Amino acid sequence: MGSMFRSEEVALVQLFLPTAAAYSCVSQLGELGLVEFRDLNASVSAFQRRFVVDVRRCEELEKTFTFLQEEVRRAGLVLSPPEGKLPAPPPRDLLRIQEETDRLAQELRDVRGNQQALRAQLHQLRLHSAVLGQSHGPPMAAAAYAEGPSSERTPLISAPGGSHTDLKVNFVAGAVEPHKAAALERLLWRACRGFLIASFREMESQLEDPVTGEPATWMTFVISYWGEQIGQKIRKITDCFHCHIFPYLEQEQARHGVLQQLQQQSQELQEVLEETERFLSQVLGRVQQLLPSGQVQVRKMKAVYLALNQCSVSTTHKCLIAEGWCAACDLPALQQALQDSSSEAGVSAVAHRIPCRDMPPTLIRTNRFTASFQGIVDAYGVGRYQEVNPAPYTIITFPFLFAVMFGDVGHGLLMFLFALAMVLMENRPAVKAAQNEIWQTFFGGRYLLLLMGLFSIYTGFIYNECFSRATTIFPSGWSVAAMANQSGWSDKYLSQHPVLTLDPNIPGVFLGPYPFGIDPVWSLASNHLSFLNSFKMKMSVILGVTHMAFGVFLSIFNHVHFGQAHRLLLETLPELIFLLGLFGYLVFLVVYKWLQVSVSSAASAPSILIHFINMFLFAHSSTNLPLFPGQEVTQYTLVVLALAMVPVLLLGTPLYLLRQHHRRHHPQMGIQDENKDRLLDSSDASISENGWSPDEEKAGCPGDEEAEFVASEAFMHQAIHTIEFCLGCISNTASYLRLWALSLAHAQLSEVLWAMVMRVGLSMGREVGVAAVVLVPVFAAFAVMTVAILLVMEGLSAFLHALRLHWVEFQNKFYLGTGYKLSPFTFTTDD
Amino acid sequence: MTAHSFALPVIIFTTFWGIIGIAGPWFVPKGPNRGVIITMLVATAVCCYLFWLIAILAQLNPLFGPQLKNETIWYVRFLWE
Repeated sequence: MGSMFRSEEVALVQLFLPTAAAYSCVSQLGELGLVEFRDLNASVSAFQRRFVVDVRRCEELEKTFTFLQEEVRRAGLVLSPPEGKLPAPPPRDLLRIQEETDRLAQELRDVRGNQQALRAQLHQLRLHSAVLGQSHGPPMAAAAYAEGPSSERTPLISAPGGSHTDLKVNFVAGAVEPHKAAALERLLWRACRGFLIASFREMESQLEDPVTGEPATWMTFVISYWGEQIGQKIRKITDCFHCHIFPYLEQEQARHGVLQQLQQQSQELQEVLEETERFLSQVLGRVQQLLPSGQVQVRKMKAVYLALNQCSVSTTHKCLIAEGWCAACDLPALQQALQDSSSEAGVSAVAHRIPCRDMPPTLIRTNRFTASFQGIVDAYGVGRYQEVNPAPYTIITFPFLFAVMFGDVGHGLLMFLFALAMVLMENRPAVKAAQNEIWQTFFGGRYLLLLMGLFSIYTGFIYNECFSRATTIFPSGWSVAAMANQSGWSDKYLSQHPVLTLDPNIPGVFLGPYPFGIDPVWSLASNHLSFLNSFKMKMSVILGVTHMAFGVFLSIFNHVHFGQAHRLLLETLPELIFLLGLFGYLVFLVVYKWLQVSVSSAASAPSILIHFINMFLFAHSSTNLPLFPGQEVTQYTLVVLALAMVPVLLLGTPLYLLRQHHRRHHPQMGIQDENKDRLLDSSDASISENGWSPDEEKAGCPGDEEAEFVASEAFMHQAIHTIEFCLGCISNTASYLRLWALSLAHAQLSEVLWAMVMRVGLSMGREVGVAAVVLVPVFAAFAVMTVAILLVMEGLSAFLHALRLHWVEFQNKFYLGTGYKLSPFTFTTDD
Repeated sequence: MTAHSFALPVIIFTTFWGIIGIAGPWFVPKGPNRGVIITMLVATAVCCYLFWLIAILAQLNPLFGPQLKNETIWYVRFLWE
């Protein structure tokens, strides 16, 4: 396995696959996941490729699988995940799988259809029996009444038209859905009022709807009416409302008879329905067995055919030609796999390496620890082939810069413990199977959080902050007693002055720098921000210049690897001189002042800021003393040197490339010079540039012919790079001040939380009982706010800013990030 | 309250991070991750040493002292000495 420092060597391979063995070869390659296939048929549409029929068959099978899956899910069953190794089946098996699947699908459809029909029938029967079974008072009374007078044959009402001589009562009985019942009743009354009596009753039991399975309470009704036209009207209305109408006999006995018949029928129907459902579950059981493995196999098969579609056909040799990218160290394994898969076909498949013109994909192998760091680098951009990979350095610098902004022992410890818990539990299946996205995000970055927490503990000790409280691991280096004794601070004097300052000029007050971190006396001081701000700002500038210089330094490796030695002299060196001459000098001034300017000259201490400003303005301040003799001369020299580097950076590389281009294409000298030129050319070929833009890295394949060199583009590109670098130096250095800003914000938030929440609880009354009880909710509030505000919010914020510092300020010194990853053809789906 | 020397911590910490950053890489076992582990050791040593060094250098020659409240002066004077 190669290292993480740059991409592994990736080679372009050409595979010759005999037609008979092509499928098994590609299937084996898919299992191994070694090769990324290139599409050789890019100009051909998807419908005209060779294996389009097979792909279509696979897709149809997948459709059937989806239908079966849906049925299984509807029945409330669960599909077990596929087990074991399931290679893609050979093509002849496809027919068998297809037949089996189709048969199952057809059976399932038939059984479902039968089940639906039976259920509908049962529903009807139940409705009918309900209609007959329920007693409806008014129509019966009307019927009885109608029967009575008819025996006497005297009209009850002397009708005007005399058309109501016979009061024969007819019945319409049926069932209607509950929400339509009121409307039906109203309409009947409006249409045929006076000529009918309708009675609506709710059914006692609920019936399941045959289609949806939802229980619904139907309303049964019996309408007694007289007159033929009324009857027709009623029927039309009930038709409109989609009611179920059943024949209603007048005599009680007849109705009983029909009822009994109905009950018998429904009994038989129930039995048949049960049988059907038992058969259905049997079919579903078979589906459950077939489906998981079948789905995996067909998916693999389709993937293999899609890959085969990317190969070109060689008609003369009766084989398929495939081109792909493969890691150079995997080539033997590739050969072996091809040999094994094509051994039955007689003619073996071969793979050999071919030279390439294009930039190969990048392959960087990571383990589970380095994967998260490589991930945050790749989120900005995947590196170009074989350019320096910032990830191995990011493993430490990213948590470190995070910790500088987050520094607190207590918070760091909490973060570290949380990450440790995740790391120790990482192999548990419950943890791996969790679906929550936010948890997955945190879990994926567990090693990141582990290191971030660890470094935060360290920087917390240096800042001397543990939940915003300072610790006195060593005794403080400031002596209050000495100050008090030598300045005559009596108790009376103290009570008159609310604040007093310790003066390091007085001997015995300042006894030496605290050996590890910031002196704890500063956490008691009211002017601690004055000291801390100065300290943190200078720290940010020092860390920033170091980080950026490291970035420029890394570009040396790029230039050496790609054989562009001229860029070392014409780009890296000027960049380093510019950066270190100006901002390295600033760092020097800071450190010099720390070492040399003592408290005795505190009143007239030189201001670095004024010196730095005057350096650029070539000005002079009489009130600002120089730090060391010859400072002005040094500064002027450095500024002039830095300014002189700018044209070198601007014009150096393009002019060099222009000269090379002329030499190669216009040999004007004699033979000697031609020989010299040829020697130069051959050495240039190894230096070879893809001239049309000086920053293009050479692809790792040899034998490239000279690309077009366009002078104006080269100059333009270099001008942009120069401006970006020079202005960037200033703005990026200032950008590192966010290290100060965020660590200040974190410290202040943490202090406020302590002072406003916890201290209130701790300084509660003298009685032990009161304080103990009050402390519980106070601590709860403190803990919740610590986690929510300081850990989550500040943590995310510091994470983001540390990431930005890496992506922009660090990586724009050397990293291009315009490559693409090697994504080999593999069956393992990482979803 | 106690005198702190400057030389002693410098020697101790330089040695400590020097062991980790310079001597440590020699003891990393051979394996596929050797390069990454060496990089991590050196980077850790450089970062942590630099950070500690900045903190101690900033306090070497303080130009002003802490400003304390009178209550603080009163109890620190007797508590810490």
